[in-house]
Amino acid sequence: MSKPSVGTKKRDFWWMCVVPLYLFTLAFILGPMIYMVAVSFATNNPSGYGFQWIFTLENYLRIQDPTYLQCFRQSFELAFSTTALTILIGYPYGYYMGRLSPKGKKLMMFLVMVPFWTSSLIRLYGWLILLQAKGVLNGLLQALGLIEDPIKMLYTYPAVLVGMVYALMPFMILAVYSSVEKMDWSLVEAARDLGASPVKAFWTVTFPLTLPGLLSGVILTFVPSMGLFFIADLLGGNKIVLVGSLIQDQLTRGSNWPFAAALAVLLMAMMTLMIVVYRKVTHVSELEGRL
Amino acid sequence: MKTKKLKFSTVYLWIVTLITYLPILLVVIFSFNDSKLTVSWKGFTWRWYQELFRDAALMEALGNSLLLGGLSCLFAAVIGTLGAIGMARVHFKSKGMMEYLSTLPIMVPEIILAMVFMAFFSLIGLPFGMVTLVIAHTAFCIPYVFMMVKARLVGIDKSLEEAARDLGATPNRAFLDITLPLIMPAVVSGCILAFAMSFDDVVISLFVTGSTLSTLPIKVYTQLKTGVTPKINALCTIILMVIIVVMFVWSFLRKEMDQSKNKPKK
Amino acid sequence: MQSGTVPVVLELLDICKSFGDNRVLNDFCLTVHEGEFVTLLGSSGCGKTTLMRIVAGLEPPTSGRVLLEGADMEGVGPEKRNINMVFQNYALFPHMNVFQNIAYGPKLKKLGKAEIAARVDEMLRLVQMQGFEKRMPSEMSGGQRQRIAIARALINNPRVLLLDEPLGALDLQLRRQMQHELKNLQKELGITFLYITHDQEEALNMSDRIVVMKDGRIEQEGSPAEIYDHPRTSFVARFVGSANVLQGTVKEISEEALLLETPFGCFPCSRDGMAAAVGESVTAAVRGENIAILAEATAPCHLTGVVKEKTFAGGMLRIVVKLGEETEMVISRQGINIEYAIGEQVALEWPACHCVPVDRGDGR
Repeated sequence: MSKPSVGTKKRDFWWMCVVPLYLFTLAFILGPMIYMVAVSFATNNPSGYGFQWIFTLENYLRIQDPTYLQCFRQSFELAFSTTALTILIGYPYGYYMGRLSPKGKKLMMFLVMVPFWTSSLIRLYGWLILLQAKGVLNGLLQALGLIEDPIKMLYTYPAVLVGMVYALMPFMILAVYSSVEKMDWSLVEAARDLGASPVKAFWTVTFPLTLPGLLSGVILTFVPSMGLFFIADLLGGNKIVLVGSLIQDQLTRGSNWPFAAALAVLLMAMMTLMIVVYRKVTHVSELEGRL
Repeated sequence: MKTKKLKFSTVYLWIVTLITYLPILLVVIFSFNDSKLTVSWKGFTWRWYQELFRDAALMEALGNSLLLGGLSCLFAAVIGTLGAIGMARVHFKSKGMMEYLSTLPIMVPEIILAMVFMAFFSLIGLPFGMVTLVIAHTAFCIPYVFMMVKARLVGIDKSLEEAARDLGATPNRAFLDITLPLIMPAVVSGCILAFAMSFDDVVISLFVTGSTLSTLPIKVYTQLKTGVTPKINALCTIILMVIIVVMFVWSFLRKEMDQSKNKPKK
Repeated sequence: MQSGTVPVVLELLDICKSFGDNRVLNDFCLTVHEGEFVTLLGSSGCGKTTLMRIVAGLEPPTSGRVLLEGADMEGVGPEKRNINMVFQNYALFPHMNVFQNIAYGPKLKKLGKAEIAARVDEMLRLVQMQGFEKRMPSEMSGGQRQRIAIARALINNPRVLLLDEPLGALDLQLRRQMQHELKNLQKELGITFLYITHDQEEALNMSDRIVVMKDGRIEQEGSPAEIYDHPRTSFVARFVGSANVLQGTVKEISEEALLLETPFGCFPCSRDGMAAAVGESVTAAVRGENIAILAEATAPCHLTGVVKEKTFAGGMLRIVVKLGEETEMVISRQGINIEYAIGEQVALEWPACHCVPVDRGDGR
């Protein structure tokens, strides 16, 4: 913006606008982040609380321990299944939603947004009611005579998976929807006109064009699913230990901050890597459908 | 070409939507259940709502949550809006990096942010309580306001401010008369989003709150782990109603924003 | 040209503008007289919009001066210049209704409420939009927004009104109607208009004076008739009224005309005061509607070619005649029928008065 009459005073004013954000970000985001990285190389006090500023790689090496590797594997497995399921359910949802009339879109948008905004705890609580041993689903199945004794649903792996998929679904839907919405449908019509079957047209035109949305959805579901420890906690009991739960555990009960920090740094690194790959693949700098 | 035949896509959308709403509906239904257990229906009652308002601890937590949401939303609105406006007009080398850093809090898993704040606050010796909560919440509220306002600023036609200048407005006046009113819906809608996120947050609050201070989500979380009473259902139902009202306001604001877009299309 | 008694309103002296390494305006000079309708005509990227923004004060020139009624405008912000602008996309404030939009300027001047209302009413009458006070910009059509944008710019009684392709977003019919209305408005108010367009028809229809621009320089400046009938360069000849540009060597010289020799035959060209010598290379322009197309040549001096293409557009038949490998002539005719078939050999003729010499040299 070049304005002839803009003196240095004017410039100063816009600079002043940036200052609070700048300071806040430096003090409460960059600072703490650097501190965390530093802590991840510090030595834990074996006797108990606290750590010493002695450089060590031990915290990172410790991750090779089979129990922790197992935890990482489990987290990845869960994150993968969660992401796969959200794609399976969310992609068609976002796709169909994008093809509705403007009125239909508005209605569906509202319907998607309400649960999205509703406290995740409220929604989890709903699943607790549904899945309890004496809960609604078991009661229904018993009433229908499909089962005699209640099935153990809560505190199982599928319960955690359901909770995860449920919590993260809106991200996928919104991401896919936003790229479907932007799509030029005459391209599909052109493909059909040139002799492509509906299926062929979908795979050759629609799918590649909505891929940025889909990939963005993948990141938005995969990354958080590694850290949503409270879902695993509430729906899975103590059986499923995710990296998130592990960090929480090390922070509180284990009180091994350097190790927790190392785990967090690793998680961050993985996340950054995914975003970098996303940018490389789609040439888009911002994740799609991030409101 | 409208056919009466029910399309697969419609059926699919409605089934998935219904499943999405089922757990929420259950919470609402059981808030009127005349039984201490949330397993079977024993009749209609308002009892839990009455008890809820008599529960001093829950009410206090609600107050804390509202205060926390309000304060962090306010700080985020000021810092985020000013930041977005300033960033659009000044250029410096580390700008991209700054933008990345300031939006980082909503990109990283909550647990990481939680631990980062916890470690940092104990490093600088800040006592855990409302202050730490507000700082942490402000950190993840800023990106919502910032991104909303930034997107809106990009969408505003530059020639609008120029037209104001051309008609005799000083740069400040043009900003106040034209740009500010045009970004207001974005500020408000960013604030609403930020408030909702703050009001909902468990993970970060859990780590940076002290032993004496409790927010609503923390209360709900601990009760879900130990044992629930239908009071929680009643509370959830009220929160849900508030959210739906807020959603209406929000979607109305979005509509306003879409309408006020200048369309220079041919 | 304006007579010396009409005062000068706006003077541009050696305006240069660069964006980085990209030079968009080169020593641009222009003098605009009071009440004149001056059009800057050029294709996109020729620097005309930048020039207008410099005049409005929205962009500082890299060097050069803008004088408004003799006063140097350097360092004077757009808000302090008595110049108003109609933006290409209208730039109506979307959060204000029509009344508030038009009243924005007077309000800043702190005029009284009653006076503002009266002025707005007057402006609305002027652009025939009474009764639209409460409408929002989003509730109006392109043509209506256009009128409001003009009213908003005119209410401040500017010394010069800048119009940046104001009709660019309208459809053809509305554009023609608005051309007429704008011209009338300008005559009625006597306000100086500086108008930008890439549409030669618009420029020829409305202007008192046309400034044809190319690559940040003035290519030719003059009345519509001058520009149309006596293009000085091949660029102007092609751009205004899409003339055919041909190159030939001078074969004969008479008092009034030149005879030019080409590989495809020869043709006459008016001399236009040109000091030419036999054997010299001359570029000439001839308009398609002035070319006769014949089966048999009637004059000794003619060009021969083959009909390549016939298209019908805008009530005119366009016939492309191929002379040589890279030389084609476009001839336009009234009506839809022509007796010549594609591939047929034809002769092309015109009187010397319809052909003018343009830039000497290779014609590029």
